[in-house]
Order: sequence, then C-alpha cells, then structure tokens
Amino acid sequence: MGRRVSLFVTCMVDQLFPQVGMAMADVLERAGCQVDFPEDQTCCGQPAFNSGYRNEARTVARHFLNTFEASEAVVVPSGSCTAMIVHHFAELFHKEPETLARVHALEKRVWEFSTFLTQVAGVEDVGACLERVVTFHDGCHGLRELGVKDAPRRLLAHVRGLELREMTPAEECCGFGGTFAVKFSELSGAMARTKIDAIQRTGASTVVSADPSCLMQIQGALTRAGSDIGTLHLAEVLASR
Amino acid sequence: MSTEFAQKSHEALVDAKLQLAIYTATGRLKEKRSDVVSDSALPDYQELRTQANAIKKHTIDNLDHYLEEFERNVEGHGGKVVYCKDGTEVSDFVLSLAKERAAHLIVKSKSMTTEEVDLNERLEHHGMESVETDLGEYILQLAHQRPYHIVAPALHMTRYQVADLFERELHVPRETAIEKQTALARAVLRQKFLAADVGISGANFLVADSGAVVIVENEGNARLTTSAPKIHIAVAGIEKVIPRAQDLATFLKLLARSATGQLLSVYTSFLSGPRRAGEIDGPDEFYVVLLDNGRTRLLPDKNKRQSLYCIRCGACLNTCPVYRKIGGHSFPWVYSGPIGAILTPQFMGVQHEPALPFASSLCGACGEVCPVKIDIPKILLELRSDVKKSDAREGRNRLEKLGFRAFAWLMTHPRMFEMAGRIGRSMGWPTSTKGPLAAWLSERDLPPLPAHSFRELWSRR
Amino acid sequence: MSRDNVLHKIRTALGRGAGQAAPDPPAARIRIPLVSMDARVASMLERVRALAGEAVATDDARAFVAEAIAGKTALASNAPLLAECGITSLPGVRSGITDREELRELCAAVDVGITSADYALADTGTLVMLASPQEARMISLLPPAHIAVVPRERILTGLDELFSLLPNPAESTSSMVLITGPSRTADIEQILVRGVHGPGLLSVVVVV
Repeated sequence: MGRRVSLFVTCMVDQLFPQVGMAMADVLERAGCQVDFPEDQTCCGQPAFNSGYRNEARTVARHFLNTFEASEAVVVPSGSCTAMIVHHFAELFHKEPETLARVHALEKRVWEFSTFLTQVAGVEDVGACLERVVTFHDGCHGLRELGVKDAPRRLLAHVRGLELREMTPAEECCGFGGTFAVKFSELSGAMARTKIDAIQRTGASTVVSADPSCLMQIQGALTRAGSDIGTLHLAEVLASR
Repeated sequence: MSTEFAQKSHEALVDAKLQLAIYTATGRLKEKRSDVVSDSALPDYQELRTQANAIKKHTIDNLDHYLEEFERNVEGHGGKVVYCKDGTEVSDFVLSLAKERAAHLIVKSKSMTTEEVDLNERLEHHGMESVETDLGEYILQLAHQRPYHIVAPALHMTRYQVADLFERELHVPRETAIEKQTALARAVLRQKFLAADVGISGANFLVADSGAVVIVENEGNARLTTSAPKIHIAVAGIEKVIPRAQDLATFLKLLARSATGQLLSVYTSFLSGPRRAGEIDGPDEFYVVLLDNGRTRLLPDKNKRQSLYCIRCGACLNTCPVYRKIGGHSFPWVYSGPIGAILTPQFMGVQHEPALPFASSLCGACGEVCPVKIDIPKILLELRSDVKKSDAREGRNRLEKLGFRAFAWLMTHPRMFEMAGRIGRSMGWPTSTKGPLAAWLSERDLPPLPAHSFRELWSRR
Repeated sequence: MSRDNVLHKIRTALGRGAGQAAPDPPAARIRIPLVSMDARVASMLERVRALAGEAVATDDARAFVAEAIAGKTALASNAPLLAECGITSLPGVRSGITDREELRELCAAVDVGITSADYALADTGTLVMLASPQEARMISLLPPAHIAVVPRERILTGLDELFSLLPNPAESTSSMVLITGPSRTADIEQILVRGVHGPGLLSVVVVV
C-alpha cells in the first residue's frame, strides 16, 4: 500500500490523551500507511465555532488549511473534529471564494479514523487482540454528521477475544457538547448519568468510542460514580496485541 | 446565563418524579415513532421526508402566492379570510364579531398559535367565556398553566394533581381514577359544545387549492368545536399553507407517525367554508385568521426560513436529550424543545433568552427525526453566532470574547500552544472554585494529566 | 384587517413582487399500490380491530346492526345505503331528520349513531365521510357509539388513492372527515382512555 497519511491528532488528544494518537499511528502503519505528523497543527476551531465566535473559528480554520493542504490524506481520531472540518469549514468561508475552493479540495481528503481504515485503506482486521467485554458509544457528530456507525463495529468484530455488547438505549448523547458541558454542567451531568446507567446495564468492563471528548465525559462520570468501568479509544483497542 | 432559564431547568433537574414522568412519556412516544417509521413499517419514509421538505420550501419561498390562492378559494366556498399582524388584531376581530352576533361562549380546540398570542386571556379580559376542550388543555386552563409539550400538554401532571384540580375548580368530590376524570371532563365540555356561540380552532394545514383547513386530533373536540357552534373561526400561522389537497398524502403520513406513532390520528377534518346548501349541520359562518405575529421576520434569511416548515409534530422534543431532562416549562415561551429553541430567539430577539441556543449539545437527534427535515442544529449554530454579535454590540460578555481571541491566537501559534501545554501539565489542573473547571468538577472527575503531549512522544519515536 | 401589511412584508422578505407568478410546485407524490379487493377487505377489518374497533364483512348488514343495537336507541343518517340494507326500518332506529337542531338533540340523546361511509382506507382502517344532505356531521360524533356501513367496493388502498380520486374534496362538501378508530386520549399520565368527546365504540360493517 504505502499510502501517505498525515495525522491530525486534535488538540485534546495532543494534550490530554497522547496514547490515543500513538495508538492511531501504530494501527495506520500496521495497515500499510506511511504516517507523518505536520508539526504546526493545533486545533480545528470547533470550540470557537460552537460558542458563536465565527471570526475566531475562521482564523483557526485558516491555520488548519495551511498546515494540511499539502497532505494526501488526513486522519482524525475524532468524529466531532472531522465533522467540523468537512461540514462546517465551508460555512465559515462563503464570503471568500478562493479560500472556499481550498476548503472544498481539502474536505475530500480528511477522514475520521474508523472510516479511513474501512473505506479508504479497505482494512477490517488489523491483527488486534484484547480479551475484554466492551460496549461502544457512538459519538453524535460522527454518527449523525458522518454516518459513523458500522465502521467501528466491523473493526471491533475482528479483535480476537473481544466481546461487544450494545447498550440500550443506543445512540444517545453523552452530554459533552463542548462548552455545553461546563455552561450547563448540571444538565450535562444528568445526561452523563443516564448514559452510564445504560453502560452499567451491559455488564461491560470498558466503554469504547471513536471520540475522545465523549470518553472524557463518560470516564469522568464513571469515576465520580465510583465505578471501575474504564474507557478506551477505538484506536487503543485496535492497537492492542 | 440568565437566571430564569438556569433556575427553571435546575428545578426540573432536581425533581425526581418529574424526571421520571418526562423521561418515560417522551421515551414511549419516541419508541412508538421509531416502530412506525422503520424500514419495514414505512419503506418510503426518507422519500416522504424529502418530498415534505421540498413542498414546504417551495411554498414558503412563494408564500404570498399561496396565501392569496388560499384566500380566493376560501371566499369561493363562502368563507372569509382575515389577516392579523399580531394577537391584538386577532382578539379585536373575534371580539367585534362576537359583539355583532351577541356571542358570549366560545369553545376552543388545541391551537399553539392562539397560545402564542394569549388569546384566551384577551377574550376573558373582555368578558367572553372561552373554554379549552382538548382534555390536556382543559386541565391546564383550569390550572392556569402553559402546555408542557406540543402534543402532550399535561405530561407533567399526575392523576392526583388532576383530582385536586377538578375538586377545587369544578366543585366535585375528589376522584383519582383517570377514566372517571375523563368522563367528568367529557360531560362538562359537552354542555359547552352544545351551548357555544363560536368555535375557535387551530389548523394543521391550510390547503391553497381547496381553501380548506385541515385539523388533526384524537379526541373529537376539534370536530365538535368546528361543527356544533354556528360560527367557526380557524386561527393559523401564515406558514401553515400547503399548495394542494394531494400534498396531504405526504404530510398526513408523516404527521401522526412522527407525533405519536399512530398511522393516522383518530380524526382528520378537511373543512372548507360554512355548510353547503342542503347540508344538515355545520357552521353558518366560516373564518380563517392568518396570523403573522413575527413570522415575516423569519423569512428574509434563506437558511433560517426553514424554521417555518415545522408541522408541530413534537418528534424533536421526544428525542432531545436536553428536553427530556429539563422539560417544557424551562423554556421561556410557548414553544419548547429544539423547535422552541430556534423559534423563540427569532420571534422574541436573541437577547430575550440568550442561553437558549446554547442549551444544546448539538447531538443532531432532532434534525434526524424532523419529518420536514429542518436542520435544527445548523440554525442553533447560527443563532449562537447572532447572540455573540449582539453581545459585542451591547458590550456584554467581554471577558469571554477576549478568551476566544486568546484561543484563536494560541491555536495559530503552534510553538506557544506547545509551551502552554507543557506549562499547564507541569502545574497540574487548577483547583479553583470558580470557572470552567469548577463547573466540570461539580458533576464529574477530570482525567489525569499525561506526562508528555503527543507531539513530545512523537518526536522521540 | 392587515392584509396588505402582511402580504407586503412577505413579498419584501422573499424578494417577490405583487402578482408575481410562482414556479410550479414539486409534483405531488401519489403512489397507489396494487391490492386485491379481498386483501383490502381483510386489511380494513384487521386495522379497525387493532384500534379496538369492531369490524365485520357481511352480506346481511341489517342482522348485524339489529344485534348491535338491541335494547338501545339509535339514529341513522339519510344515506340511501342504510335504507337499502333495511337498517332504517329496524325497531329503535330513527332516521330522516333534516333539521339541524332536532338532529343535534337526538344525537345527544341516543346510544348509537349509524352512518354510511363514502370510502374506507384499507392500510389504516380509516372511514372517509363527506358531509352532505344524506350524511350529517353529528351522527358519527355525538352518540357514544358509531356504526358505519360501507360497501366493499368503496374500500381504497390508502390516502394516495383517496386524493387521486378526490383531488379537491372542497368541490363537493364543506366537511370531509377521516375517522381512524374510536375517540381516545392519553393526556393524563399517558394512560389511554377511549370515548373522550367522540364515540368510544366504533363498528365498521363492510357490505360484501
């Protein structure tokens, strides 16, 4: 294969969950990709965009464009950041036709991690092995904006020793929502508790997701509730041997 | 965040009984909807949504044309159309007609549009008796409360609260059996129906090519409201119009399924004008009040205009994880849930309740279930931007604006971003009792800070 | 009242001129499935029963109605079908009322309202009733029970077929009502109660 892939790890993974980025790089290499890390990367600008600060979001988006324009493919371990780039960047530049054209060109080359593996690299078995009973949380942006639903499950199905149990109700928001989690903390907490109730009912020992922000919310709520259920990013599961 | 929204949502969140009631009721409606729009139950579901969206878009984009066609056809069948720019004009019209006809008693079927303009209050202030006849709305009228949910208005009340209410307001012995409570309301309201001079209804659809008003219900009170009194007045927002009766084959299939999981509501009435020559019963006079009340303000923005496509099914409420926790009364206006969150700022101005567009995790579940495909999350995001622009103009939230400017600067200076991260990690999480971290910590724990950032690990690889 | 004001605001917002024509709307979506008459009858009966209504297919509507109204008072509409079936001559059945006030008083007093139906919709178990000199609105609305008699040929596949046959119901009547099951509410604690304002008992008699 030898496909060339640039990592956009996201600001959250870079600073708080570096092991997710390392795991993603491992898995991509195992899938035959040549991986690089454009050092100027920082953030996709979603926090500003979601808070209503479009000028500031635009500034950050421009920096992203400059950093990644030369990449053949960009892989992102987050559904929400990917959705920001491929769906919302265009909204920021409707008054700048030239930049908009650059955005549209780059959009096609930016991929959420599980989608990249299954659809672009054409890989479902990455040789992973993890004896665990897990449940999978679908991050809302990935699910509803990008259609990420089957891809993670197909990848998990090939992890030796792994048992996947679906939660009921499924597809419900964990309550993170970016600054929502702190602006409406009581409400966010209530949503998190409903989510961890569903998780606990599965009997799984670990929650897996393709979105680090959801994992931060869910793990934070689990720990606060005194549960010893852990969380792992999909990349970490797939990197396990 | 405004204290009123914060206060009301807090009250809802700490009320365990209410939490259970909201969650269960909306959960049931959500599941029932899901069953009847599944691939096996309604294979055409996505096509129907696309069609419904296309029809609404076309109609709203040419709204004046369809309103005039509607008006011509209503008048062709012997009815009359009255345009009202606000609630005052609606009540002025009703009152002057009532005076001319020496009418005193009005029966009303469910109409969110009339709630928007507090029609009952206005009428009662001028000496009319205006009785809500939908069971849930009747209960709320007695309790002097606003609807909790578009489709299930008394969702928040228990049978015991209803028993207390009936005992107090109707002077009857306390009765907690739901069937008996319903029978009592039926008996009381039947007398009203048969004695009323005027029936005021809403309208789910206004059909332009037929000059007809379509009303969808389960109880029969709208049929009685529109058939028993000699005068029928339908009050509807200007956005309710659709081009053709044939379009109902699309909309009716979506409405009941999305709202309650029924294939069709028990009664769908298609009413055009006073009774025809030879017809035995029905009203002698038929009026349709077309209400603006600010809807024209939503038209200029091509994107936000889709807020007017809403057919008031309530599916977005039933699926919204936020509504399912804070309930209808946390919202400042008559419309609650995701649709309320986009309508309220547009009707009342963004500063009326600036928290509203932000009280969402943007999960997108609402847009996914909307039968007319309103992109609610997109409009919420635009409204957030509108709030911040308005804040900037009014000099509010300066600190936050500075914060995001700093964020943008940091994120465009990668070496500074790196350094800030390194400093932060070495200092550990700040344990301040105020600010965003305190808000986080009030509900959940923070992750442990890693020793190194990804880029540090990568450079050693 | 504010006709010009409102229309003007709309036009300004949309960038349209007064009297400006509108482009054609998207074609109406009408898809009529091919369903045999037997299957339609079966579906109609099944759907009505699923909604807690009673439904029968019979060539002796009179016998069915006689049993259903035994010991009760009933008011029948002036639909020729009911007379043809011999229903209006049953003991206990009044009909031939044409005065609005008299009709209303009787409807409020009787146990059962008997009507015909112009059409039925097989996929949802729906009755379609157009108001006319033969069919008043109140008979299917005020009494606590409603019996509707409909010839099997009148059973359509669904809404699409109905609006294809009747693209403009307003041309023939001031009121077309689609009735799908008995009156109901779940407004108190989401507990289902039947017969809130409209009839709580519904019987559909398909005449074969």
